[in-house]
Amino acid sequence: MRTHYGNWLGTILLGTTFTFGAAQAAPVEVNFYYPVAIGGPVTKIVDDLISRFEASHPDIKVKAIYSGTYSETISKSLAAYKAGQPPEVAVMLSADLFTLIDEGAIAPLDGFIKTDEDKAWLKGFSPVFMTNSQSDAKTWGIPFQRGTTVFFWNKDAFKEAGLNPDAGPQNWEEVVDFATRLTRRDTNGNVTRWGMQVPSSLTSYWLLQGYVAQNGGTIAEPTGDKTYFDAPEVVEALQYWTDLALKHKVMKPGVIEWATNPKDFFEGRAAMFTTTSGNLTNVKTNAPFPFGVQMLPEHKKRGAPTSGGNLYIFNGTAPEKQEAAFQFVKWLTSADQSAEWSIKTGYIAPRDDAWNTDAMQAYVKEFPGAAVPHDQIPHMVPELSTHENQRVARVIDDAIEAALTGAKTPADALAAAQQEAERILQDYR
Amino acid sequence: MTLTALTDQPVHSRGQSFWRAVELAGCYLLGALWVLPLFYAVWMAFHAAEYEVRFDLFAPLTLGNFVDAWNAAPFARYFLNTFVLITVILASQFVICTLAAYAFARYEFRGKTIVFMLVLLQLMIMPEVLLVENYRTMVKLGVIDTVLAMGLPYMASAFGIFLLRQAFLTVPKELDDAARVEGAGPLGILLKVYVPLSRPIYVAYGLVSVSYHWNNLLWPLVVTNSVSTRPLTVGLQVFASPDQGVQWSIISAAALMTSAPLLIGFLLFQRQFVQSFMRAGIK
Amino acid sequence: MTGAKNQITAWLLLLPAVVLLAAFTHVPAVMTFINSFYSTPRGTRPAKFKGVDQYANMLADPVFLAALKNNAIYAIGTVPAAIGLSLLMALIVNSSIRGKSLLRMSFFLPTVLPMIAVANIWLFFYTPGYGLIDRVLAPFGFAETNWLGDPSTALGSLMVLAVWKEAGFFMIFYLAALQQISPSLSEAASLEGASRWYFFRRVTFPLLMPTTLFVLINAIINSFRLIDHVIVLTRGGPDNASTLLLYYIYQTGFRFWDTGYAAALTMVLLALLAALAFIQFGVLDRKVHYK
Repeated sequence: MRTHYGNWLGTILLGTTFTFGAAQAAPVEVNFYYPVAIGGPVTKIVDDLISRFEASHPDIKVKAIYSGTYSETISKSLAAYKAGQPPEVAVMLSADLFTLIDEGAIAPLDGFIKTDEDKAWLKGFSPVFMTNSQSDAKTWGIPFQRGTTVFFWNKDAFKEAGLNPDAGPQNWEEVVDFATRLTRRDTNGNVTRWGMQVPSSLTSYWLLQGYVAQNGGTIAEPTGDKTYFDAPEVVEALQYWTDLALKHKVMKPGVIEWATNPKDFFEGRAAMFTTTSGNLTNVKTNAPFPFGVQMLPEHKKRGAPTSGGNLYIFNGTAPEKQEAAFQFVKWLTSADQSAEWSIKTGYIAPRDDAWNTDAMQAYVKEFPGAAVPHDQIPHMVPELSTHENQRVARVIDDAIEAALTGAKTPADALAAAQQEAERILQDYR
Repeated sequence: MTLTALTDQPVHSRGQSFWRAVELAGCYLLGALWVLPLFYAVWMAFHAAEYEVRFDLFAPLTLGNFVDAWNAAPFARYFLNTFVLITVILASQFVICTLAAYAFARYEFRGKTIVFMLVLLQLMIMPEVLLVENYRTMVKLGVIDTVLAMGLPYMASAFGIFLLRQAFLTVPKELDDAARVEGAGPLGILLKVYVPLSRPIYVAYGLVSVSYHWNNLLWPLVVTNSVSTRPLTVGLQVFASPDQGVQWSIISAAALMTSAPLLIGFLLFQRQFVQSFMRAGIK
Repeated sequence: MTGAKNQITAWLLLLPAVVLLAAFTHVPAVMTFINSFYSTPRGTRPAKFKGVDQYANMLADPVFLAALKNNAIYAIGTVPAAIGLSLLMALIVNSSIRGKSLLRMSFFLPTVLPMIAVANIWLFFYTPGYGLIDRVLAPFGFAETNWLGDPSTALGSLMVLAVWKEAGFFMIFYLAALQQISPSLSEAASLEGASRWYFFRRVTFPLLMPTTLFVLINAIINSFRLIDHVIVLTRGGPDNASTLLLYYIYQTGFRFWDTGYAAALTMVLLALLAALAFIQFGVLDRKVHYK
C-alpha cells in the first residue's frame, strides 16, 4: 500500500510539474471499485496500470478502492449508489447485469461511443463476452477480467497410475476412468488422494453450466427472465457431477471449497481439478510438480461458461466524471493493456487484437497453457445472468449443494430450484 | 463428576490421590485444548507456507508472512480507522451514559420506570439486529461510509447506562448533599463526586466496550465501503475472502496482527482485564 | 429529588441517550414492523402495500424455515455447552490448582480475539485432509472429513467454534460470583463430612443461580446476534444447512436487496428477542442481577 500512495504522489508531483503555471482546472477524480478476487499481488498490478493511465491523462485522477469479493463489491457499490455516493466505475460480475439495470444504477455506454475509433474499439470484443454486457440493444458493460473454467492435472500422479502424463481426459467417460485409477486409498480404506475435484462452495451454478453446455443444454434465456433448471440436459449434467462423488467415489463428497481446491492439488490430495482460468498463474507458480492444463472434457460437444467481471459506469455522478470514467474504461480494455492484464493475472483477454500483440504472442510461446482459455472461446456460453441474479444464483447453488451432499436427487433438487426461480422471475416478464 | 481437585481438601487415601491426579490432568488438558488453536495460528504465522501442513518443531522462523500481509492490504490505515472509531464511540459513550445514569440514579421523575425499561430493551435488541432499518437511517442522514455511521447506534449504550447507574447508586448521598451545599450544580456534582468515585467502573466499562468494538464486524461491514473508513475487522474480512486459493500462513499472520494490540494488552494486564470484566458482569 | 426544576434537569440529562436509543432501537423496530407490510422498492418501482404477503411467503420459504430450525439447534447446542464449560472453568480457576492464572489466561484468550480473526484461523483447522483437526484425528484411524462441506457437520463445526470463543467470557461471570461465596460455607460442609459433589449441588450451584440465569439470557442473545463465523466459514451452506436467522436477514437485505422481506424476517427475530426480554424482566427479574 505504501507503493500505492507513492505512485499517487509521484503522479501528482509529475502532473504538477508539467502543468505548473498553466492554471489548469483540478483533475477530474474517478472512484474505481475493484474486487480483489484472485490470489497474488493484483492490487499492485492495478495500481501500476492506474499510474500509467494518469500519466497519459493528466486531467483525470483514478482512485482505486479494493472492495473484496465480487459479491461484496456489488453490495458495496449498490449501497453507495443508494446512499447517493456511487463510484464512477466499478468491476462487477457480468452476471449481475440485470440486477444493476433493474436498480437503475448503471448508465448505458452508447452515449459515450462517438468517434470511429471508439466504435472500432467496441467491435473488437468477442461476441460471447458481449452477451452478458448488452441488453435491449444497449451496451451496459465492457468485458474486463473475464475467465472460464479450465482443467488441470498432476503429471506425476498420471505416471504413477500408469497413464500418459501428456494427455488429459477428453470426455466424461475418460474423466471417470482416469479418476478411478488416480484415486488412492490407504490400508484402512481412507482416501489419501482424490482422482477429481470440482469446487462447489460458491457460484457452483457456473461449473454446472459447463457440464450443461457439454450436454447440449442451456440453463437460462439470455434475456434473464427464464430459467431451465429442470430441463433433462441440466438434470443429466448434475447427475454426472454428483455421480463423481456419490457413485464412482472419485471425488470428495460434500461441498468443495474454492479457496482450498488449488491447495488440495498442490498437496497431492487431488490429482485432477477444474477451476477458473484466473488460477493459471497461481498453479504455475505454486504446483511443486509438472502439471497439464487443457479445455474442459467434452460430452456431446465441447462447452464451458464465461465468467468474471465487466467494467460498469454508474448513474448519479457528474457527466464529466462519467466521461472521464469512460476514457479510463476504454484505455484499460484496449489491446495492449488487455494483453498485459491477461498475462499478469491469467484472466482471458476478451478481444482478438490483444491476443495478436507481441507481448501476448511471446507469453503464449513461453507458457502454452495460457492459450487454453483462448482456444476455448468458440465453445463458450455466457454465464447465468438473470433479474435478481444473486437470489436466483443462490437458488441453483443450493440445489447443486443439496445434490452433491446427497440430501436430494439431482432431479428433485433442480425441480424445486426451477419452481423457486419461476416465482422470483415471474414479476419481470 | 467429583470436583475433588476443585476444592481445597486434604488427600486421604491412595485411591483419592489417583483420582485427584486424573482430575488435575483433565484440568490441564482442557486448558491446553483451549489454547491449542491459537498456538497453532502463531506457529503458522511465523513459518513459511510450506510448513502450514507439516508441523516441524525446527522449521526456520520467519516474519515474511507479516510483511506480505502488511503489504497486501492497507492495514496501517485500518488500524488508524479502528483507533478513531473506538475513540469516538468510547468518548461518546462515557458522556452520554454518565448523564443518563445520573438521572436514573439520583432523580425522581415521571415515567422513570418505563423509560428505564425502554433503555434496558437495548440489551436484548442490539443495533446489529436492526441492521436493515438502521442502514436506511444512515442513508437518510447521508453518513454512509463514515465513522459516524459506524458509531452512532452504539453511542447510547443500555449496558453502560445500567452499569454506571449501579455505581452511582452506591455513592453516599451525603457527599452529593455536601457538594450541593457548596453551590455545585448537577453537572458539577456529577464531575466532582460521582465520576471520580466510579473510576473502576469506567475502566471496566471502557475495556468491555473497547474489546467489543475492536471485534465488531457485521455493522461496520454493512456501512463502510472504502479503505479510508473500514475498521480492522472489515479489512481482514475483505483481505481473507479469496475466490481462488489462499495462503493460510499469511491469513494467520493477518489475523494475529489485527488482534495484536488487544492480545498484547491482555497478556500484559491480564489481572486487570479479568477483574474489569468481572466488575462489568456483576451489579 | 422532585419538583419541576428537577424534572427538567432529569430529562435534559437523559435527552442525548433517549434520542439516540430511540433513533437506533425503538423507531427502527417500529419501522421494521411497518415496512414488513410493503414490497421492496426497486429502481423505478415504488413500495406497494402488500398486507401479510411477506409473512405468507416466509412460511413457504424453505430457507427461512431452515434458518429458524438451525438457529434453534444452534442455541440448544451452544448455550448449555458454553454454560457448563464456563462453570467448570470457573471452578478450576477458582480452586487452588497450580498454574491457575495460566489456565485462566488460556480459557479467556479466545474471548479477547475478534471472531472474524479466529474464524479465519479455524477455516484452516476444518480443511479436509490436511487441516489441523483431520491431522490430529488421522492417527486414530479417522478418515478425511469435509467438516464445513457436509450438511451433517457444518452447523456443528460453527457451534464448536462458538463454544470455544464464548465459554471463557461466561467463565468470568461465574468467577466473580464464586469469589463472593464465603469460604466458611465450604469449611463447614467439609467438617460435617459432606461430599464435594453434594456441596456443589446443594450449596454452590444454587448460590450461582442468578449468574446462571444472567449467563443463560446472554448466551441466548449471542446465539441470535453473532454471525461473523457464518460469513467466514460456510456462508450458510451447504444447502442452507448452517444458515442462521440473522445471516439470512443480512443476505436478504444486503445481497438480494429485498428490504421488505428482510423487514418481515427481522420481525421474527425481534419477536424472539422480545419474548426473551419479557422472560427476563417479567419473570426472572427478582432472581437476576437487575435490581
